[in-house]
Amino acid sequence: MSENKSYLKIENLRVEYFSSKEVVHAVNGVNLRMHKGKTLGLVGETGAGKTTIAKSILRILPDVGSRIVEGSITVDGQDLLKLKENDMRKIRGNDISMIFQDPMTALNPVQRVGEQISEAVRLHSDMSKEDCDKRAKEMLKMVGITEDRFSEYPHQFSGGMKQRIVIAIALACNPKILLADEPTTALDVTIQAQVLDLVAELQKKFNTSMLLITHDLGVVAQVCDDVAIIYAGQIVEYGTKEQIFHHPSHPYTVGLFGAIPDMAGDDEWLHPIEGLPPDPTKPIKGCAFAPRCKFATDKCFNETPVTHKTPDGHECSCHNMKEALKEEEK
Amino acid sequence: MLRYFLKRLLWMIPIILAVAIVVFTLMTFCPGDPAEIILGSEATDEALEAKRVELGLRDPYFVRLARYLSDTFIHFELGTAWKTGIPIADSIKERLPRTMLLSGITLFLSFGIGVPLGVIAAVNQNRWQDSLCMILALIGVSMPNFWLALLLVILFAVKLKWLPALGIGGVKYYILPAISSSSMHIASSARQSRSSMLDVIRSDYITTARAKGVPENQVITKHALKNALIPIITMMGTQFGKMLGGAMIIETIFSIPGMGTLIITAVNNRDYPVVQTGSIFLAIVFSFSMLLVDMLYALVDPRIKAQYQRKGKMKRRAK
Amino acid sequence: MIMSGKKHKGQSEFSRFIYQLSKNKMAMIGLAIIILEVFIAVFAPAIAPYGYQEIDANALRQPPSSAHWFGTDEIGRDIFSRVIIGTRYSLSMGILATLISSAIGIVIGAIAGFAGGWADNVIMRALDVIQSLPGMLLVIVMSAVLGSGYFNTILALSVGSIPAAARMLRANMLRQRKAEYIEAAYSINCSPARIIFKHLVPNSISANIVQMTMGVSHVIVQAASLSFIGLGIQPPTPDWGAMLSGARAFIRKSPHMVIFPGLAIAITVLAVNMLGDGVRDAMDPKLKK
Repeated sequence: MSENKSYLKIENLRVEYFSSKEVVHAVNGVNLRMHKGKTLGLVGETGAGKTTIAKSILRILPDVGSRIVEGSITVDGQDLLKLKENDMRKIRGNDISMIFQDPMTALNPVQRVGEQISEAVRLHSDMSKEDCDKRAKEMLKMVGITEDRFSEYPHQFSGGMKQRIVIAIALACNPKILLADEPTTALDVTIQAQVLDLVAELQKKFNTSMLLITHDLGVVAQVCDDVAIIYAGQIVEYGTKEQIFHHPSHPYTVGLFGAIPDMAGDDEWLHPIEGLPPDPTKPIKGCAFAPRCKFATDKCFNETPVTHKTPDGHECSCHNMKEALKEEEK
Repeated sequence: MLRYFLKRLLWMIPIILAVAIVVFTLMTFCPGDPAEIILGSEATDEALEAKRVELGLRDPYFVRLARYLSDTFIHFELGTAWKTGIPIADSIKERLPRTMLLSGITLFLSFGIGVPLGVIAAVNQNRWQDSLCMILALIGVSMPNFWLALLLVILFAVKLKWLPALGIGGVKYYILPAISSSSMHIASSARQSRSSMLDVIRSDYITTARAKGVPENQVITKHALKNALIPIITMMGTQFGKMLGGAMIIETIFSIPGMGTLIITAVNNRDYPVVQTGSIFLAIVFSFSMLLVDMLYALVDPRIKAQYQRKGKMKRRAK
Repeated sequence: MIMSGKKHKGQSEFSRFIYQLSKNKMAMIGLAIIILEVFIAVFAPAIAPYGYQEIDANALRQPPSSAHWFGTDEIGRDIFSRVIIGTRYSLSMGILATLISSAIGIVIGAIAGFAGGWADNVIMRALDVIQSLPGMLLVIVMSAVLGSGYFNTILALSVGSIPAAARMLRANMLRQRKAEYIEAAYSINCSPARIIFKHLVPNSISANIVQMTMGVSHVIVQAASLSFIGLGIQPPTPDWGAMLSGARAFIRKSPHMVIFPGLAIAITVLAVNMLGDGVRDAMDPKLKK
């Protein structure tokens, strides 16, 4: 894996959600690196903390009930978590933007679609209203929607088209980083392919770095350059797509790939990973995956795993990495 | 959209006719002899009977109903009150505006004070502004308006002598009535607004707005509030009936000569033509107000506007 | 509203609701006040120091004192006793009228929602007609027709709340009708009656329950307003609204006559509202987690 300077660096991020009754440890010491112009896939199951990380980057976690406990998020040398709100606002939608999971609810129902895009432009530039509207129409065209639909309302569009509008809004100001939170999960499979293609195309065009959050390994295979696997709020494995797909080293990653039904062969049973993710309200001792891991030893239950380098040069946080590798090779 | 409005307007006609028939029929069951009310208890039996014939009370029900409907809606002859002899049309013409004014002020205050209070509470959820607003709102919603009116009179008219306790005249005569009439609705608005805003603020599109870099104050006013207004307007619509009703009671306390005092006095005097016709006119005004509220929706919510446009076209039988 | 996700294993929807409600302090205070009032209402003659008609001709319009905690009224009756005994009217009228109107409304709404077609249309138009008259006006007219008195007033009060209950149930029922579990029930040959009573109505009714609790407080104020303007319950019955009506003439000299009955109404309504808020929050599927 190349060691060129990372564009986005997250170090030791800890985020909590809390209510009067309990505290949810959503993100527990995450370290991530994203390279300029590349796509990093963040893979994990629901509740692993993926969306929380994205929202933390943009600092749009809910006002009430959430807290970034510690950590740093550095973009191009600047720690976003230390910025004043006013400066952060200039970055949102402008240098860094986000695409959300559910297009049906991501758009303001009482605001015209073109205006929603135009607003993003107007907030971050000095252009006149006409110029902003013109740019908005360009964006519409770019995502495959005819310009004359500028004045329509979200309810007049289908799910796939709404998602394109969301993409148009996100890319309107040529962001340097795009955070895509499961952009295709809520869409039909056929539309999924279209939207992914669109995003990849626009990304290449503008050389945008992208963080693609997904639970679908197929999507990762199609679009990503690098991959990070997240489990219970921690990164358990990290490397290029080839490294992860050819040599998955963490037992969880191995389990994920093992759980994919074999299209070619003749599976009688599916192979899910046994057990459930840990309760995020309880602090974890040792490795979070240990209760479900078939290679777990006493050490795993007591000591937090350290990040090791695998034989092919990517990163894995597992005490018993070597055993897992041997198993995989079988 | 205009088609939809006209359609609704046309629908009002049979409904109001039905209201007139129902009210008329109900009044026939009311105890009391109109002849006696008009002539007094001293009158002779012959005089009473003559009066009854004159009033058409000896005619069968359907004849009387038809006469009433044609008099009221075709000839616009609303008759005279039994007790006072005052032409009902005159009474209504004079009094309806006053009741509408009081109700209108209530609506205005409930929207103008209640909604901002609710929004402030929502935006500062769980902080002191929220708790304070909501406790005040809970108390406001629980105080019967006529009791509040009496208390205000005790404080401001009797003890402090700042404001008049009755009558009409200038602005100062409307202050206490307006406060007593609106307090419950301001409180109710505040509660509903807070609840709507909280729902809206949690929505995904608000997160989208923030992610775009929209400054927080614009997120609240431009994005959240516009969406929160929809259920708020719904609530205003349903509350307006209560505002009208409340205004009627408040009128009696402050001796404001409006529809409330007209109808309530008439009920106590068994002056049924007044009750009948007065109620029907209030029903007309009220129905029309509700229609206006529905139209207002369309202005605020483009989805509703689209619905109305579809409904304005050929009426298809939905199965 | 089908509850998805149970809080504890084997816990029914109802016990979850009760659990949620019991954690709400305001609601519990409201409930406590209501229970206290019910207690007072039942044992009123024993609690009240004087009879509600008992006259002390020497103590007209006395301000509060040790002999008469709330003072006396214009005829010399003890206001405290009258307020105590008056507890029997407001709360019970509110609850009974609301129960009656909700029961009728739910049946009408269910018929409209289930039958559809012209029956639905006719019912909806009828409801439109009733709702064309502002609530208080309708109550006044019904009260004029039915006359004064406890039960007549309850009937008059209930008419106004029927349309709202009916519409609420019908709307929920229409939503539920389209739900898949109903299709499933049909497919296993469930009879229509069974579908209505066992599935549709129970699932549509939760919104009505919230509406009912809020409705009670509204009806209590309407009842008091009726008595206040000379309809509804009349003196010498110590209904709080009627007491306020009598007190009005003496507002300058004896304000205490106005304060206590009104306070009683306000506290009752406040308690019902606090409980109602709690009921609404506890029924909300979007729990505050």
